[in-house]
Amino acid sequence: MMSLNAATDSLWQRLSDAFVVDLPIGEGFTVIVDYMTEHFDLLFVAIASAISFVAGNLTLFFNYLPPQLVFIVLAGLALWRVGWQFALFVLVGLYVVLGMNLWPESMDTLGLVIAATLAALGLGLPLGVLMAKNDMVASGVRPVLDFMQTLPAFVYLIPAVIFFGTGRVPGTIATVIFSMPPAVRLMNLGIRHVPTENVEAGRAFGCNSMQLLFKVQLPLALPSIMAGINQTIMLALSMVVIASMIGAGGLGDPVLAGIQQLRLGTGFEGGLGVVILAIILDRLTQSFAQPNRQREGLGTRLKQFFGRADKVRSS
Amino acid sequence: MSTKLSVEHVYKIFGAHPKAALERIKRGESKDEIFAATGMTVGVSDASFEVEQGEIFVVMGLSGSGKSTLVRMLNRLIDSSAGAVRIDGQDITQMSRKQLIELRRREISMVFQSFALMPHQSVLENTAFGLAMGGVSRSERHEKALAALDAVGLKANADSYPDELSGGMKQRVGLARALTVDPGILLMDEAFSALDPLIRTEMQDELLRLQSQQARTVVFITHDLDEAMRVGDRIAIMQGGAVVQVGTPEEIVRDPANEYVRSFFRGVDVSHVFTAADVARRHHVTVIERPGMSVRAALERLREHDDESAVVHDRHRKYLGVVSLNSLNHCIDGLGRREEGEIETAFVHEVKSVAADTPLTDLMTHVAESPYPVPVVEADGRYVGTISRAALLHTLNRTEKGAA
Repeated sequence: MMSLNAATDSLWQRLSDAFVVDLPIGEGFTVIVDYMTEHFDLLFVAIASAISFVAGNLTLFFNYLPPQLVFIVLAGLALWRVGWQFALFVLVGLYVVLGMNLWPESMDTLGLVIAATLAALGLGLPLGVLMAKNDMVASGVRPVLDFMQTLPAFVYLIPAVIFFGTGRVPGTIATVIFSMPPAVRLMNLGIRHVPTENVEAGRAFGCNSMQLLFKVQLPLALPSIMAGINQTIMLALSMVVIASMIGAGGLGDPVLAGIQQLRLGTGFEGGLGVVILAIILDRLTQSFAQPNRQREGLGTRLKQFFGRADKVRSS
Repeated sequence: MSTKLSVEHVYKIFGAHPKAALERIKRGESKDEIFAATGMTVGVSDASFEVEQGEIFVVMGLSGSGKSTLVRMLNRLIDSSAGAVRIDGQDITQMSRKQLIELRRREISMVFQSFALMPHQSVLENTAFGLAMGGVSRSERHEKALAALDAVGLKANADSYPDELSGGMKQRVGLARALTVDPGILLMDEAFSALDPLIRTEMQDELLRLQSQQARTVVFITHDLDEAMRVGDRIAIMQGGAVVQVGTPEEIVRDPANEYVRSFFRGVDVSHVFTAADVARRHHVTVIERPGMSVRAALERLREHDDESAVVHDRHRKYLGVVSLNSLNHCIDGLGRREEGEIETAFVHEVKSVAADTPLTDLMTHVAESPYPVPVVEADGRYVGTISRAALLHTLNRTEKGAA
């Protein structure tokens, strides 16, 4: 009896030994990365210098602008696109950021976000169009997008550091990869959801494929495309904070310092700065998703604003 | 009349291997058998018909009968699997992409069920859409678009946007957009089906009015029999992808090709379809051809034929009037012994002639109240025949039976 038990036990042991194998996926990934650093060095240098040029100049530019001008421009946009309440919020928010002594960090972050967003849209939007036009491309790209979105954001930082070292460039690249999927997805979705009869109407009246894209499909997909752009900006903003771990700089620095040195106040200030920036960017980009003609012009809004102010004063 | 558009043995197979399905059709397999065996759908099967220059040709069928597929093969929004579609003799299925785009810009345009206006463009820009694609200059296309908008009564709304318009107005824009390119052929795919009944009738009238100003070749798709009867010069009826009957509305009502076609008219009031000329009979009453004939001779003639009344027309069959036994007798009583009497003096004034194109519905009271059979007269005054109460009842009864 005992011997039978022992026999089955050892059989089970052997079976499970045979089933459990070590798959060297991590090693494989390392090998690939090593191979790429060795053989595509020049490519990475080229990418790095291009990104460094754009991101560097943008951050420089925003830092160069006097805060008063930024106040006026952003509040003006807010008044034009959204309304006087939001313009008021923009003024107060920016004043808080200035008052927390986080102005240079905010402008760094703004520059990085805009650089990363431009790159993500430049790659993502055409890719989305290709996906919409071709089912093969769509079925090939979709799993890659899933991969890009579900992989924890921190994991991007590792190869970025290996390829490009630390600093602004790998931070921007990691941000581009992380923030691109919604632009691609929503462009694809938007074009595919243009009503069939509108596409048929375009074709029936003699559109060639370029006219069909630019005169029918893109304009009708615009709300969806703008939602994608908005999402890309939001993701870029959240990633830029994480990217400060590899020295990207910006508003992530005080947050990181707050975590590392347990300085609650500093961390909170950094976080608040990010939130204010996020709300401003979100509302402004969302407002551009609505057709211009349905909104009142800047003049009307100014009149409304001062009209209200007058009423308040007189009452 | 010349043939503008001819569809010759056109097939459409939806599926991976249309050739295989076509082989099966040639072997005589049915649509259902092919679907069961291959999973491919026969959308349109061996459709053939010709559309004359300037007529409204209606394609009617239930949903799924292939009519929308068929109309899309006429401008190649859908490519046919086999067969030829000729516009002015040129086979469009053989055209290159470039020729096709040129054809769509100049020769054939379309009106859609859901209007399919571009929401980001003003009414004027929407109307000028086809010309803009063809590279026509801004001023010229706006001028033509305004003219088309004027024709459908929307000139005042040129600067509005589609979401500011009602359904009927949107479809007027859709119609104006199609007319702006001044097409040889106008395709209308269930163009009025999404509109409520009152607006639908209004749009049908609008189409007929535009058609009376300039007769275009129109292919009109509908599932609505009343609409088909109203606008159609000729109707093609589709069933399961095949064209089962082509003819004028009257021909189809009078002689439906099969039970499916007949079923369309179940519960439909055919008195709209038939006109006075359809029911009029020539041999029912005595006809007097000599206007100079005397009253006495006419009375003699009636007695001879044992008839109550007679129609009088001249040698060119121009209708003059109706005389009856009573009116002739009355007339003779007033005459002297020697007088022959003019027949005109014996005309019965209660009997009014009706025009040949009067629909039966408008005829019924008239025939019922008239003491004698009612004469039917063409627009140029020529006598067609008469309608007696018995004949009218007989017609209504017969069509009722046909529909039941």
